Amino acid sequence: MSDLVEAVARHPLYIVGAAETPLGEVADESELSMVGLAARDALAEAGLTLRDVDGLFVNYMGEEGTVQVGEYLGIEPRYLDSSDLGGAAFEAFVGHAMTAVAAGRCEVALITYASRQRSLRSRRLVPAPSPFRQQLEDPYGLPVPIGYYALTAARHMHEFGTTRAQLAEIAVAARAWARLNPKAWARDPLTIADALASRPIVEPLHRSDCCLVTDGGGAIVITGAARARDAARAAVRILGAGEGQGAWDITQARDLTRSPGVISGREAFGAAGITPRDVDVLEPYDSFTITVLLALEDLGFCAKGEGGSFVEGGRLAPGGSLPSMTSGGGLSYCHPGALGLLLLIEAVRQLRGEAGERQVPDARIAVAHGVGGTMSTAATVVLARD
Amino acid sequence: MIDAATLDPTMRPFWEGVRLGEIRVQRCAACGSHQFYPRPFCLRCDGTTLAWVSASGLGVIHSLVTVHLPVIDDLAPPYRVALVELVEGPRFLGLVAADVEIGDRVSGRWLGSEPGTARLRFEAAP
Repeated sequence: MSDLVEAVARHPLYIVGAAETPLGEVADESELSMVGLAARDALAEAGLTLRDVDGLFVNYMGEEGTVQVGEYLGIEPRYLDSSDLGGAAFEAFVGHAMTAVAAGRCEVALITYASRQRSLRSRRLVPAPSPFRQQLEDPYGLPVPIGYYALTAARHMHEFGTTRAQLAEIAVAARAWARLNPKAWARDPLTIADALASRPIVEPLHRSDCCLVTDGGGAIVITGAARARDAARAAVRILGAGEGQGAWDITQARDLTRSPGVISGREAFGAAGITPRDVDVLEPYDSFTITVLLALEDLGFCAKGEGGSFVEGGRLAPGGSLPSMTSGGGLSYCHPGALGLLLLIEAVRQLRGEAGERQVPDARIAVAHGVGGTMSTAATVVLARD
Repeated sequence: MIDAATLDPTMRPFWEGVRLGEIRVQRCAACGSHQFYPRPFCLRCDGTTLAWVSASGLGVIHSLVTVHLPVIDDLAPPYRVALVELVEGPRFLGLVAADVEIGDRVSGRWLGSEPGTARLRFEAAP
């Protein structure tokens, strides 16, 4: 294994292409055609074509997802990964791709995803069967995933005195960024008072604490230095990646206020040799406001329990000291069921200096942090302008 | 209703307990710790002698939410769902009355006895 670690260190890897699919409400494309469009756009940025792809990483693209996507794209990759790590899969795939490329198992990795959950009205509230959930959790009418996140938020409030107004700061920051992003879905002004007055869904979480339900997706391309030199756009170096997991059933979570981001962050920041102080842009998975609060604590931006006061005063908003959710995030830009890939794409745009009105000045290091399930998985990626 | 006996044979003793009004959990003969759901080994000490015991039904509300949207047919929103930590250690979901909050001591009993529809309801305990 240490040989592989050394190989990863010796062979710097880059994100050489990043593209969104059509976003919002997509009436004239299928999920597979969306993936096809984004994959070709991302490869074009890298000066590559589908024929160059020999590693394929997908999640939520149906059973044996790499087969369905590979067939559609007309490729026969030699490295295949359909690991289901929920919305965090895409950050995890970056780590998997680092290992695969360093081990010589593939050279050009394509990570892709698309969903039409809004158009198909396929977002479910009652979870897919799991024996224990069916017997012990489903009868209580706790909607998934929001009910589980609400239990986390309520516990955090009880244990640390976190307030709804502090959670609202996160929603307001995301909206302020979305107002600078022409592709964002929700761009109306949002104040703390608006957020507090929004209707309750599963208290303590209200409408403004919850992500959008939209169509969307994207693609990114990862490769080594040799091919990165051909890229049309500035390549973004991958400094480190990590993943972790916790519980599936809420009754089995050992600590509701501690997410597996503790593990994924430690691994990613350790591999990258950075600390939270070094981060210029943070793209945390904002499925719910509480998801962001836990990420800030678990990645070490502040101590456990201090997330509420940390986000006050617009710290995450445009002009704040930790620009976060800079696309508008899942809360205001786009949330196609799994957000992780869009976090990576936004991080790449910021590091390339392509983010237009929402550009964070002189962004050198960005972190994308994915979360899956009900705080069940986490994966963290550290990226740098090369 | 679900056919729990087929779905998950390891839970048969639990559902037999529910029919008797008991909240059954596993107890490790070696270290005395309680665990639930059931496993063929102890999560704490790795012991393999585990027995089903009837928990006291007493616990503390660990977290608590109010659901405001319709999820299943026979629960009209708003209703409150708690995560309760039993004094023995394992946690269960349960419905709760309006007069309890996080940190309160509660006592639970079953409403119904069939897998898929049986629910625990917790009320304030002295």
